[in-house]
Amino acid sequence: MDFRVILGLMSFFYHFGRYLLMLRQMLAKPENGRMYWEETVRQMASIGLGSVGIVAFVAVFMGGVSAVQTVYQLVAPYISLTVVGSIVTNSSILELGPSVTSLVSAGKIGSNIASELGYMRSSEQIDALEIMGVNPVAYLVGPKVLACLTMIPLLVIVSISTAILGGMVICQFTGLITYDQFIEGARSSFLAYDVFFAMCKAVTFAFFISSVSAYHGYHVQGGALEVGRASTKAVVYCCILILLGDYILAELLL
Amino acid sequence: MIRLQGIGKRFGDHQVLEDINATFGPGQVNMVIGASGSGKSVLMKIMVGLVIPDQGDLQYENESLASMDREAKQGLRQNIGMLFQNAALFDSLTVEDNLLFPLRMFKPASRAEMLERAAYCLERVGLAGKGPLYPSELSGGMKKRVGIARAIVLGPRYLFCDEPNSGLDPKTSLKIDHLIRDLTQEFNITTVVNTHDMNSVLECADHIIFLHKGHKTWEGDRHEILRSEDSALNELVYATRFLQQFRDRSS
Repeated sequence: MDFRVILGLMSFFYHFGRYLLMLRQMLAKPENGRMYWEETVRQMASIGLGSVGIVAFVAVFMGGVSAVQTVYQLVAPYISLTVVGSIVTNSSILELGPSVTSLVSAGKIGSNIASELGYMRSSEQIDALEIMGVNPVAYLVGPKVLACLTMIPLLVIVSISTAILGGMVICQFTGLITYDQFIEGARSSFLAYDVFFAMCKAVTFAFFISSVSAYHGYHVQGGALEVGRASTKAVVYCCILILLGDYILAELLL
Repeated sequence: MIRLQGIGKRFGDHQVLEDINATFGPGQVNMVIGASGSGKSVLMKIMVGLVIPDQGDLQYENESLASMDREAKQGLRQNIGMLFQNAALFDSLTVEDNLLFPLRMFKPASRAEMLERAAYCLERVGLAGKGPLYPSELSGGMKKRVGIARAIVLGPRYLFCDEPNSGLDPKTSLKIDHLIRDLTQEFNITTVVNTHDMNSVLECADHIIFLHKGHKTWEGDRHEILRSEDSALNELVYATRFLQQFRDRSS
């Protein structure tokens, strides 16, 4: 086997093992439950409220564009225009909502987590916590993971709703189809299982975004340059894992 | 009391520390001095438990750190205060919240009691009324003093200071040195300071060990250091031409 392949494999197992150790440390008993809870709530507010604007903005245009493109591709007299509502709703729930929101979150939340922890590492704040007797992984990473696991699914719900609403409004205002036609199409093909599938994706991607970004930030060695690199790496790995996880979950659950 | 017995540490092929033996007593300012790269920081990280030594034993009050269980180590850590080279204050918290953090985490009391303790520590380091400021609004010397206040807020038995004078002007350095010395004597703390600032050493050190290329080559007090025969130590102590001339004239 090529020497570089062996080195690559060794590096992969080294990082994967260290990642698993970090996850185990994250589950340690908190020194003070109340402080941990306060930190979790703070993270929830930061991650949820801080991202809802960009997620909704992206979703409105995502829904609108998919509606316009669906009408463009289905110009045939024998196809009912209500199908536009059906396609926009289904694609928003199954794919656009969870995946695009997660990719946006990887860029915003993931890079934020990696750079925050990276800066804390390089400025010895993590060492200060450890010397005080605080488990830094449990205190810094745990609340971020928990906050992402709760807030990203909520952001996905916001994204799906806004995308459908965006598609509907754009269809009405551009005269493609009416509200009633859109809603009729959306209702006709709606399955509750699709929402369950979307939530499964959201929770899985939220875990990837929070834990992988935290891993890269927590293990930074060096100064500002390395913090920037860790942040970039975190986003790249999160995006790859999201796309890979998207395919695997589709195979498994659909 | 902290006792180091045969401490050794290697990173890859590089032996950073070898066979370090020393005892640091309470109520004393113990200084670890040496040129950059001599192993001072690694030794301090070993003492506070951030790095595990490859050889030797580290004892706190005759109890080996290696044999302590998780709870005992946790208890010990709450008796350790540390001042970092860059103070390592939590940037997102105010000065007051930086001091309240360890109190809220480990010694939950009424809010009034905790605020009183934080205010006392700030006053003790000469920063009364600075509680609402953020670390970014403080000068380097003030950050160090907040770092000291945070280190003593839980009433530690051991205080570690990593290069407390780096980046400070001589007058502020002296203030920090006196503060460390006064707190050490007042609360009978076992204080260990890493430094290569000879002004600090000559001003405050009660007990000094000198590290050279990972070995302890000299041990004594601040009066003995000026008469040392150790050539490597003399290169550090009499680094400037002015001091060399002073030594030559004195001898």
